[in-house]
Amino acid sequence: MTTASPQTIADGRERDRLILQQAWAPAAGPLRWFKEVNAQVIGRRYIITALIFFVLGGIEALLIRIQLARPENRFLNPDLYDQIFTLHGSTMMFLFAVPVMQGLGLYFVPLLLGARNVALPRLSAFSYYLYLCGGLFLYIGLLSNTGPDAGWFAYTPLSGPQFSSGIRLDFWTQMIICTNISALAVAVVIIVTALKQKPPGMSLNRMPVFVWAMTIQSFMVLFAMPVVISAATMLFLDRSVGTNIFNSAEGGDPLLWQHLFWFFGHPDVYIVFIPPMGMAAEIISTFCGRPVVGYQAIVLAEISTGFLSFGLWVHHMFATGLPQLGTALFTAASMMIAIPTGMQIFCFIATFWTGRPRLDVPLLWISGFIATFIIGGFTGVMLASVPFDVQLHDTFFVVGHLHYVLIGATVFTVMGALYYWFPKISGRMLNSTLGVWSFWLSFIGFNLTFLPMHLLGLRGMPRRIYTYQPGLGWSNLNLLITVGAFILATGFFLTLLNMIKARANGKEAGMNPWKAKSLEWKTASPPPSYTFLDVPVLPSGGPSEDEEPEGVVRGFDASRRELLMTKVVDASPDYRHIVPGPSIWPFLLGLTSALTFAGIAFDVRWAAIGAVLCIIMLIGWFWPNGKSLTARTTWTTE
Amino acid sequence: MNCLLAFSLFAAVLPSTINQSALYPAGPQAATPYYLWNVFAWVFGILWVIVVGFMIVGLCYRGRATRISELAGEKAVATGAAFTAIILLALIVISSAIARDIATDQSQANELKVRVTGHQWWWEFQYQNGPADRFLTTANELHIPIGRPVRMEVRSGDVIHSFWVPSLSPKIDAIPDHFNEIVFQADKVGTYRGQCAEFCGLQHAHMGFLVVAETPADFQKWFNHQLDPSQDNLSAEEQQGRQVFLSSPCVVCHTVRGTSAFGGIAPDLTHLASRTTIAAALLSNTPGNLSGWITDSQRVKPGTQMPPIDIASQDMQPLLSYLDALK
Amino acid sequence: MRIIWVALSLVLASGCRQQSPQLRVEPDQRVVSVMAREGEIQAGGSLPEVVVKNPYEGNAHAIAEGERLFLGYNCGVCHGTHGGGGMGLNLLAPALTYGDAPDNLFDTISKGRPKGMPTWGGRIPANQIWEIVTFIRSLRGLEPQTVTPARIEALQYPTAAGR
Repeated sequence: MTTASPQTIADGRERDRLILQQAWAPAAGPLRWFKEVNAQVIGRRYIITALIFFVLGGIEALLIRIQLARPENRFLNPDLYDQIFTLHGSTMMFLFAVPVMQGLGLYFVPLLLGARNVALPRLSAFSYYLYLCGGLFLYIGLLSNTGPDAGWFAYTPLSGPQFSSGIRLDFWTQMIICTNISALAVAVVIIVTALKQKPPGMSLNRMPVFVWAMTIQSFMVLFAMPVVISAATMLFLDRSVGTNIFNSAEGGDPLLWQHLFWFFGHPDVYIVFIPPMGMAAEIISTFCGRPVVGYQAIVLAEISTGFLSFGLWVHHMFATGLPQLGTALFTAASMMIAIPTGMQIFCFIATFWTGRPRLDVPLLWISGFIATFIIGGFTGVMLASVPFDVQLHDTFFVVGHLHYVLIGATVFTVMGALYYWFPKISGRMLNSTLGVWSFWLSFIGFNLTFLPMHLLGLRGMPRRIYTYQPGLGWSNLNLLITVGAFILATGFFLTLLNMIKARANGKEAGMNPWKAKSLEWKTASPPPSYTFLDVPVLPSGGPSEDEEPEGVVRGFDASRRELLMTKVVDASPDYRHIVPGPSIWPFLLGLTSALTFAGIAFDVRWAAIGAVLCIIMLIGWFWPNGKSLTARTTWTTE
Repeated sequence: MNCLLAFSLFAAVLPSTINQSALYPAGPQAATPYYLWNVFAWVFGILWVIVVGFMIVGLCYRGRATRISELAGEKAVATGAAFTAIILLALIVISSAIARDIATDQSQANELKVRVTGHQWWWEFQYQNGPADRFLTTANELHIPIGRPVRMEVRSGDVIHSFWVPSLSPKIDAIPDHFNEIVFQADKVGTYRGQCAEFCGLQHAHMGFLVVAETPADFQKWFNHQLDPSQDNLSAEEQQGRQVFLSSPCVVCHTVRGTSAFGGIAPDLTHLASRTTIAAALLSNTPGNLSGWITDSQRVKPGTQMPPIDIASQDMQPLLSYLDALK
Repeated sequence: MRIIWVALSLVLASGCRQQSPQLRVEPDQRVVSVMAREGEIQAGGSLPEVVVKNPYEGNAHAIAEGERLFLGYNCGVCHGTHGGGGMGLNLLAPALTYGDAPDNLFDTISKGRPKGMPTWGGRIPANQIWEIVTFIRSLRGLEPQTVTPARIEALQYPTAAGR
């Protein structure tokens, strides 16, 4: 039994390679961009689209900072300012944070598992088109002065029919529905892929931490996203047909919106926090030359964070006059969640101490993440205390806190993951000098921007104000923050530049530039469309997740797209699943669904027409074609 | 150019004795979060230095042989988790005890009761002590006696607002058809500025108010005077101004007790001249600002519900004199 | 590609005015006395037709403001909280006595009408009257659907849109 080394040329495997290439060939023809179902292609599109939205959200942030740099500034009128800060929040949360995680998941979960593609390729493609259209819809709204202007969490009654005129908020609710249905679809894909496509020998307790993180996150998505989709639908119905769900004059309650939104909203921030912890674990284990300390602790911590995060939402509502005993329970839960979170950080630091850290650019970003995230975690624990929160709620203190956790945990880690995985995705290395500059400018700019915000909040500056009075002690801090924001933007811009330059003429990466041990580094950079020449078999039993494969799986019919499905817990081979090739139906269904939602924003009756069109597309999707989905298999083990 | 004009309008608006800061508490309810902040800042500041210190030291050992064993690393993690749990448990207990202590359900005998209603984008205050004919309705400027608890019943007339005066009290949301309460007390004489703390539309940024804390004697004097209807002994120019006022659109929205102006949907102007600011603590109360506000409110506060009013140029000065007489 | 740009520009152009609040009140919106056509029949020779445009026609913010003013100025006491009438005229009736063109409505509100409609001109600023006019027109289905907020189904009016 030889250890398969997937990319040795001239090893007599040319014939196998050709057959695989043909079976897994990318889409062809004039509509080939719309027909792709390969997980790496869809994943890459997700990442690029999410980064474009990140840039747009960043521009909005800079516009906000320019307006707030001086008191009573007249750079933006209040109407435009309200749209811009709403778009900033909505873009970053719905169009960047969740999709970039899902994109990295779609790309790397199959690779980390030695699989050729995700289990449901057409579903992942469909979700991309729905996400793209939802985002475009929102930005067409902004450009035509129809952008939503009630904040990214759109409290009623301000966002209701009486106080938000026109269809601005209808655009917003439909965007929410589109992007979150897309998130649900990807969550389903990732759960099935992660649980059913592990290579033989990789039992559940030896799955890579990033795959665990994506799986847990996807389960959270399954429970959280439907709530916000329902809430947005209820708001839309209130606005378009007068259902009075949030109208207290007719028996509804505006506070219901807050409960529904934050029941989604709080798990949402953990949805964008848990995958970065997984990415950090991967990066740390590579650059410390050893598996991360406390694998079991980290996985259990992530699972408990996933559960606990659903019990915290009321801490966004401490100032609404809820009963004291109830809020005390949420204080306890909100503080308790710091324990599993902190444990993961301690595991990372312990890995530095037990390994030999190489401070390359990805690890630099991860250490920046740890330093910043801890501050955000601490201010979060402060805000969990009701007597403190009722003074600082809805002030710039919260803005500082949320950016410390979101940028610290999400963005810095994604930056680190980009530097880590860019060689795999594109085949080129990013320039490390530029990377170091980018990191330090971002880190310094970030702290210059968001640390003073805590002081501003303590000095009484509320959130979401388009301007403020002079003489309150806020002016100089705001100017400093604006300068810091531009430094931060420059730092991020340098990474963008780095990626563009490296695509053009970066150093060749080779298969494993970081000398990492996980499976994605055992194939070419970028991976061929069939990802691996052979599905690896890992040694079974034992605690380590980083051992070399001890064999390969034989017996596939390589001329069709077969995926190996293994049992959930012990990853013993189960059956072969045949996935479809390139197809136009995901695009058609995605476009039709998006147009349905867009039409609904203008006239409710589009729902009926759109539903019929979507059903027609679904019929096309599932049109019988005589091909079976599974192949009967007998297994031998050696 | 607009910017400069705007800046100069607002520049000298607030005397330096006005405070709007949680770091300068002037009463017990604001002192509690301030005390908590100090505790938190020190505890967490030290913890941050420790944890990040461990991280940096761990990162600096590059190229040498491993320093601690895997088992030691796992034990360190467990120890850290245990410490975290203990600290958090302590914080939960402290925080809940404080929260229970400051719960406002129990009413005290000598409370001053005020109902505050948030509107887009101004504050209505109604003092509700004593019989209904001693209820005082005023707007945007709240006077309170020092050393006496004030119980605010916080309501909203349209969307969700939040009543917040950082130097005196934490905030509480004003939610339509919900009746929230908050109790606070000022211990030092002074003027404190508050501001709406829940995004409520176009002019959320300019929805401020003043809380003037005075000695009980001064407060009683102010209160009794405010209860009086507007004075009737006016000069000729002021009478002409009153005529202009009563024949303008002003009366369909504003109330001036003692005249026939009974519009109830805008701030009560009976004692307008006794206030330091206008337009919800946006502009100082000067004739120039007042005339600008009346003729072109949308320029300083775009979106405000106060419409621009056409006052003939020969009527403006008498009108301003009359408004200045509403002391 | 070009088609996309054309479509996009059309969308952008139409969105702009409808959805954005027009907060600056221009001088011509403050005009109080308006010589609008009051009826079809005129004695003597025909007067030059004065064209009076509703400055807020099709504007979402104006309709919301109009609704707020309709309630705040207590129009609902006579006309019903959703315009269905009571003591006063049913504003949702198929035909209004004095017409439902914007200039007719402006005249009605600002000049008053016999049998109880007060004269509001001089009391309600002209630009606010226009906002109320636009709101009443939205009640009657004469404003685009994209700027009209939701309405309780029971009071759907029988008038045909598009006069």
